[in-house]
Amino acid sequence: MWVTDLISLFQENMPMLTEETVNTLYMTFVSSFFAYIFALPLGVALVVTREDGLHPMGSLYRILDIVVNIGRSVPFLILLVAIQPLTKLIVGKSYGSTATIVPLVVAATPFIARLIESSLQEVDHGVIEAAQSMGASLFTIIFKVLIPEARTSLMVGATIAIGTILGYSAMAGFAGGGGLGDIAVRYGYYRYEGEIMLITIILMVVLVQLIQAIGMKIARKTDKRVI
Amino acid sequence: METTPFIQIKDLQKEFISQNNTVTALSGINLNIDKGSIFGIIGMSGAGKSTLVRCINFLERPTSGTVIIGDKDLSKLNDRELRHVRQNIGMIFQQFNLLMQRNVEDNICFPLEIAGYSKKEGRKRAAELLEIVGLIDKKKAYPSQLSGGQKQRVAIARALATNPQLLLCDEATSALDPTTTRSILALLKDINKQFGITIIIITHEMSVVEEICDYVAIIDDGKLAESGSVEDVFSNPKTEAAKRLVYHSNTTSNTPIEMKGKRCIRIVFDGKSSFEPIIANMVLDNKALVNILYADTKDIKGKAYGHMVLQLPENEVQADKIINYLRNKNVNVEELIDYVGN
Ligand SMILES: Nc1ncnc2c1ncn2[C@@H]1O[C@H](COP(=O)(O)OP(=O)(O)OP(=O)(O)O)[C@@H](O)[C@H]1O
Ligand SMILES: [Mg+2]
Repeated sequence: MWVTDLISLFQENMPMLTEETVNTLYMTFVSSFFAYIFALPLGVALVVTREDGLHPMGSLYRILDIVVNIGRSVPFLILLVAIQPLTKLIVGKSYGSTATIVPLVVAATPFIARLIESSLQEVDHGVIEAAQSMGASLFTIIFKVLIPEARTSLMVGATIAIGTILGYSAMAGFAGGGGLGDIAVRYGYYRYEGEIMLITIILMVVLVQLIQAIGMKIARKTDKRVI
Repeated sequence: METTPFIQIKDLQKEFISQNNTVTALSGINLNIDKGSIFGIIGMSGAGKSTLVRCINFLERPTSGTVIIGDKDLSKLNDRELRHVRQNIGMIFQQFNLLMQRNVEDNICFPLEIAGYSKKEGRKRAAELLEIVGLIDKKKAYPSQLSGGQKQRVAIARALATNPQLLLCDEATSALDPTTTRSILALLKDINKQFGITIIIITHEMSVVEEICDYVAIIDDGKLAESGSVEDVFSNPKTEAAKRLVYHSNTTSNTPIEMKGKRCIRIVFDGKSSFEPIIANMVLDNKALVNILYADTKDIKGKAYGHMVLQLPENEVQADKIINYLRNKNVNVEELIDYVGN
């Protein structure tokens, strides 16, 4: 039967599949981590400096806004190739899982910054006003009001971001990026071995589902706004 | 002997400027507010009440004029000093504005964190305050688990956390039902008595002012129409804006409806006389019937206040007799031209 064939094929290729699954997770989480380090200040700056923000700075806002838009409009595969010199400079080589992290971070940062911006934007203005009436500084408002109050939405955003980055990491398979995407491209695209490709697709679907389920669960757990 | 008032608002002007127009939300506001008093600011929607209260703690920087609280001229302070002053001014809002992701205790601790208290001090103070507002059993609850009245109690506790000398309330009871409103107002009055804290209450409801304020200012279209003790302003409103609020009636109607024949008068009770015998005696003594078109009388601090609109008999002689009768009894009588009802 076809399903049993698939299972035995899975078992045969177990070592490779495991290794590349680990690589996929490695790329996804390390990239997400670094992307958040850059995106968090960027997202906060977008919210704070806008015209009706806590600390309006029109020109800075417009610059950041444009930079983020440019970053978001470059297709990932093109970005991956275009920044290869930078990747080489940082990692020492331009292929493999670690090298893929660089374009992943660059591609995900503006996307995540937008997610963060929209999450922070949701925080009730009245609560911010209350904090201001207590004499809170901008710094206090950002770290004790904006981010904590938006935490559920930020968690949902992170879940979406990680899922998307996982998808990007698979695309990097076309450029020798490593991970499950790499297997899919090598076997499915170059050797026409559809079954292996199918297995990698199933694995990726399972990973995305898991990330989604865990992320949403954490988001719900941290949400005190509903009983 | 003259003492300087606790709060002095001088020539306050606030304009909101956008690309295509300028809104003058406040102009020429001068007010003095005594320490320990409960001061009401009342006006119609859009009159500028919220803007005024936000100017008092400089959440909104006035376009010109100044606010002096105690010995501090807020317009002369830098951001840092201003934040410091705000740490000693409590504020509560119509929508409560609690941090939804923090429990009750941590909400109350928030202003203390800002003011640099330790966590332990914060906890201790939170417990004291929860005792005062009667919510000690809700210490670990989240705002989403509380009723509107309970949320406002938490907000009051939070506003009092740093022991402020001034509490600003912007429509603090407008989202609450009448019974809850009463209990919140009673709590505010209690706090005022117990701690001598000055309270400024913004409202569009007469009943709130009547219930707890000592003084009232009426804001109309960005200007101060009238101010004074609640007794004075409510018993004898002078300006159109004040009358409109106090009598809920439209005496400035620019589309007068013709009243056929019968004259109407408004009689005002200023708290000096009891009104019932006067009307009864008037009817008995003059042997004339009057029609009570409208009556709005209230008990303010144990005295009768309010007004009544009477329709006089068609007979001119009888009508004049009634007016004279009332005037002789020292009742404030005002003849209404084009009375169109309320
Ligand atoms: N940030 C702002 N920008 C522009 N105009 C404003 C702003 N805030 C208030 N205004 C205007 O100032 C005027 C007074 O508004 P304000 O909110 O003080 O009224 P209010 O008396 O509190 O009314 P309400 O009872 O409806 O709360 C209104 O015309 C309003 O449109
Ligand atoms: Mg208002």
